[in-house]
Amino acid sequence: MSVQAETLLSVRGVETYYGKIVALRGVDIDVHRGEIVTMIGANGAGKSTLMMTICGQPQARNGQVIYDGQDITLMPTHEIISLGIAQSPEGRRIFPRMTVMENLQMGAALVDPGLFDEDLAKVFKLFPRLKERIAQRGGTLSGGEQQMLAIARALMSRPKLLLLDEPSLGLAPLIVKQIFDAIRVLNEEEGLTVFLVEQNAFHALKLAHRGYVMVNGNITMSGTGAELLKREEVRAAYLEGGRH
Amino acid sequence: MEYFLQQLINGLTLGSIYGLIAIGYTMVYGIIGMINFAHGDVFMIGAFIALAMFLILTTVLGFTFLPVVLLIVLIVSMLFTSAWGWTVERLAYRPLRGSFRLAPLITAIGMSIVLQNFVQITQGARVKPLPPQIRGGVTLMQGSTENGTILVQLSYMQMIIIFTTIVLMAGFTLLISRTPLGRAQRACEQDRKMASLLGINVDRTISLTFVMGAALAAVAGLMFVLLYGVIDFYIGFLAGVKAFTAAVLGGIGSLPGAMLGGLLIGLIEVFWSGYFSVEYKDVAAFSILAIVLIFLPSGLLGQPEVEKV
Repeated sequence: MSVQAETLLSVRGVETYYGKIVALRGVDIDVHRGEIVTMIGANGAGKSTLMMTICGQPQARNGQVIYDGQDITLMPTHEIISLGIAQSPEGRRIFPRMTVMENLQMGAALVDPGLFDEDLAKVFKLFPRLKERIAQRGGTLSGGEQQMLAIARALMSRPKLLLLDEPSLGLAPLIVKQIFDAIRVLNEEEGLTVFLVEQNAFHALKLAHRGYVMVNGNITMSGTGAELLKREEVRAAYLEGGRH
Repeated sequence: MEYFLQQLINGLTLGSIYGLIAIGYTMVYGIIGMINFAHGDVFMIGAFIALAMFLILTTVLGFTFLPVVLLIVLIVSMLFTSAWGWTVERLAYRPLRGSFRLAPLITAIGMSIVLQNFVQITQGARVKPLPPQIRGGVTLMQGSTENGTILVQLSYMQMIIIFTTIVLMAGFTLLISRTPLGRAQRACEQDRKMASLLGINVDRTISLTFVMGAALAAVAGLMFVLLYGVIDFYIGFLAGVKAFTAAVLGGIGSLPGAMLGGLLIGLIEVFWSGYFSVEYKDVAAFSILAIVLIFLPSGLLGQPEVEKV
């Protein structure tokens, strides 16, 4: 069994609508076990919609989402999550009136409580800042801290597939670097499979093994991160001027 | 002074009952942002089931030991109203989730009318009496005025009501703040979509919220029957409006707020009747609500939204 070839998530011809407005026009994506895959694209291209469609909110109108050999296209969200998918969603969605600790406990809602302390120690090692903020309410954290909490909360569910929606949005370059380093560590040391959606194309493509480019609800390009970084169209549209 | 103390005790008793009903309003509002206008009638159903169960146990089956009878009555009426709350949510509110905000509100008013009329038709419009079951009490104080002696009494019934309310409130506060279920409820309240992204079954959590509120309403219903001794199909309406007022006064969505609001409404009503006029007690309670809302729109303990982007 080759690690690279085994597909964990496969999106086939997915079309998603908001009412009558089409958001995804037949998207095909594969994420293999142990990979970091990124999807870059401009605002409104449909990246976040794809993330949410994988989790069944909204459900795809056409096409299929296959996870670990199982068709999850029409499953309720909480059942999809129970299969081992975790998402740190767009806008972070920290529970504002819960403490950092409670937010993390929510992340571990489906996990055996006996494993909680061990997992907690692990995410604190990754994001020591959260430990200092443990009793603080989620709504009072800074943007960077909230992003760390959103990722930590997703990790508390012991996912097999981690979906990250724009983890760098609105953050200072130093924090972005910390967060991307953390993702790399998780992937290299734990073999965690990561599907990452980003506007920050340069960092994302450098981090990822493979990448896709989404324009207006369609996948227009794909390839390894290094390949995409070299492509003229990618440079023109997503890198020049937008680079940190 | 003695008169004041006596009114205080009476007010706390009545306020406890309002508070228990108010929790049902506030929890449901907190989690789905809807005023469940049928909740007052769940309280009424609880009172009717309690009365019917009580009569069945004592006259038909011949139980005589009161504590056991009351315990069975309480459990049966809690089970019944819980099942009722679950069913109403499932049939009348869940299909409307995601439609416009007023739709479930209107359905709730419809459910309330259905319930009242159903009970009126099947049970009759006359009041149903229950002779006092728990008699006696302790005299706390004795004073004399020009009109004769005045006693400050705390009846056993009042003790039971206040004590039960305190225990239930403490239990509920722990449930909401410490248990996984309570955390899931608060998560759904703050961000339902995110809760589902963490594997929480949102529909189930909402159902359980209805069940919990309905169970507390049953407790309030039993207390009401035992305290006042008469019930009819209409008690749910006024008690429901009062409890709703209590929930808004305390800050809708806040559990301690509901209890505080309930106590305040009970006290305002009793003191107003005691010192001014019985006829205007409801006017007084609702006027206080209006005044508080002018100066504190989110209620006494309601939290204004503080969120950092």
